[in-house]
Amino acid sequence: MGASGTGETVLAYDEAMAAYDPVMGLEVHVELNTATKMFCGCPTTFGAEPNSQVCPVCLGLPGALPVLNAKGLEGAVRIGLALNCTIASWCRFARKNYFYPDMPKNFQTSQYDEPIAFDGHLDVELDDGTTFRVEIERAHMEEDTGKSSHVGGATGRIHGAEYSLVDYNRAGIPLIEIVTKPLVGAGDRAPEVARAYVSALRDLLRALGVSDVKMEQGSLRCDANVSLRKRVSDDATSSEQKAVPFGIRSETKNVNSLRSIERAVRYEITRQAARLAAGRRVVQETRHWHEDTGVTTAGREKSDAEDYRYFPEPDLVPIAPEAAWVEQLRTTLPEPPAQRRRRLQTEWGFGDLEMRDVVNAGATEAIEATVVAGASPATARKWWMGELARQANTRGLELSALAITPAQVAELQALVDAGTLNDALARQVVEGVLAGEGGPAEVVAARGLELVSDDGPLIDAVEAAIAAHADVADKVRGGKVAAVGALVGAVMKQMRGKADAARVRELLMERLTP
Amino acid sequence: MSAISREEVSHLAMLARIDLTPDELDRMAGQLDVILDAVATVREVAGDDVPATSHPMPLTNVTRPDEVRPSLTPEQALSGAPESEQQRFRVPRILEED
Repeated sequence: MGASGTGETVLAYDEAMAAYDPVMGLEVHVELNTATKMFCGCPTTFGAEPNSQVCPVCLGLPGALPVLNAKGLEGAVRIGLALNCTIASWCRFARKNYFYPDMPKNFQTSQYDEPIAFDGHLDVELDDGTTFRVEIERAHMEEDTGKSSHVGGATGRIHGAEYSLVDYNRAGIPLIEIVTKPLVGAGDRAPEVARAYVSALRDLLRALGVSDVKMEQGSLRCDANVSLRKRVSDDATSSEQKAVPFGIRSETKNVNSLRSIERAVRYEITRQAARLAAGRRVVQETRHWHEDTGVTTAGREKSDAEDYRYFPEPDLVPIAPEAAWVEQLRTTLPEPPAQRRRRLQTEWGFGDLEMRDVVNAGATEAIEATVVAGASPATARKWWMGELARQANTRGLELSALAITPAQVAELQALVDAGTLNDALARQVVEGVLAGEGGPAEVVAARGLELVSDDGPLIDAVEAAIAAHADVADKVRGGKVAAVGALVGAVMKQMRGKADAARVRELLMERLTP
Repeated sequence: MSAISREEVSHLAMLARIDLTPDELDRMAGQLDVILDAVATVREVAGDDVPATSHPMPLTNVTRPDEVRPSLTPEQALSGAPESEQQRFRVPRILEED
């Protein structure tokens, strides 16, 4: 990442909300997990050598002819159906023309006024358990662009660069763009609604199995449009408020984590409010989000759609999904995430609050997989919501991005259940797994973390502790049972933590009480 | 009255990254007018009963299975590039200096 931007003046969030009503539009780009690109047979493996997954079609060489990936079309239709959209009975691809070297063709193959899916909705559960309906404008098929790196200049960013280097491996990977209708009526919960929507969408796409939905790898990306209009009513959903015309919007590009989406929307609200309150205009422009400083900075001014000179793609024939095929795909849709959540809550015996915390932490899938791998729901929850959540937080990662698998967590818990590890040692094993030292069993072996289960060395340490702390031992003998804690501590220290504290306590009490 | 203004030609030239002199802008505006007139004539002939046609062949739903086919090697891919570096296409500065 490049240098951080410097923020503009902002208004306090409460003040911004007292004066203005936010309206959002969210555009999510999701890369499909097909084996090949949208219009050619090049593989889509992440992290391959530069320009090793390219061919005449995705390089835009003369005479190359694109052909639509059947799996890509199927993914698009299934996403549309899962979002309660109407599926177009006939639609075309279009060329979006622009000069930017991330597409070697000088256009992106996309869809313009004939998206494959339109007019849907997604019900999104908020932190307090209430539901917010997000109306979906459209979901359309397109292709991803290449990756540029910028050389020269102080910061490695596009500004000030002397030249750029482009890798086209990503160019042509199937992309579905999902666009909401303007989200009104969220009021001061707009940032939360934005986060909850992307979170719910990610869960849905993962359940559909159409994408890896890894925000940190860019297979799910969000652009947030935010504008403000005058607040005329305390109730953001009132008809007077809804009648106020929209303000001018900014579009913050490529916000790459759930937390950042919430922060970016919140920042834009306070930034725009400050401008409006000072009698200035909001500029219609693209803005960049800076994760480190939590601000957005101006990018290019937005082109008008007509500047892209969209026209129907002559090299790809129209798509006319047969109704019977669409209905057959409808039967392949997974259980809707909200329904699934209720079912899992019952199966796991979690309380409402517990379940909500799990969902908000994005831990549902991880816990489910850990339970499938053999752990009890309670222990799976303890790991993912406790130590692992802490580890993810320290590293600034999503839970799913941690380098430990649900199966490894189940394995770890099995080692605890078998008495091989105590909780403190198990946490050290987690450190080892996250550091790439192998699976739990390997880390235990390599770091020598196994609990001493043989009573022999334990008894030696217990007797040494009693001898060394005779005064404490006398207190325990005299009936002050709580004092035994100090002796347990001494033994654990002697054993370097590799002892079962409960067993140590037992051995001590056997010796100090009649 | 001309169908396309000098300003529109200038905007199109910018979109197409073609640097036109003032003289060329005037000349292009005149020439594009002739082309647009010709298109307008065709438009008159096409009545409401003739749908706009983007694809003359009556084909839909042409797809291929999601199966990997060999890509070019990076060497082949870069062989036509005027400049390359670190196995990537080297392109001139993207944004003009402010």
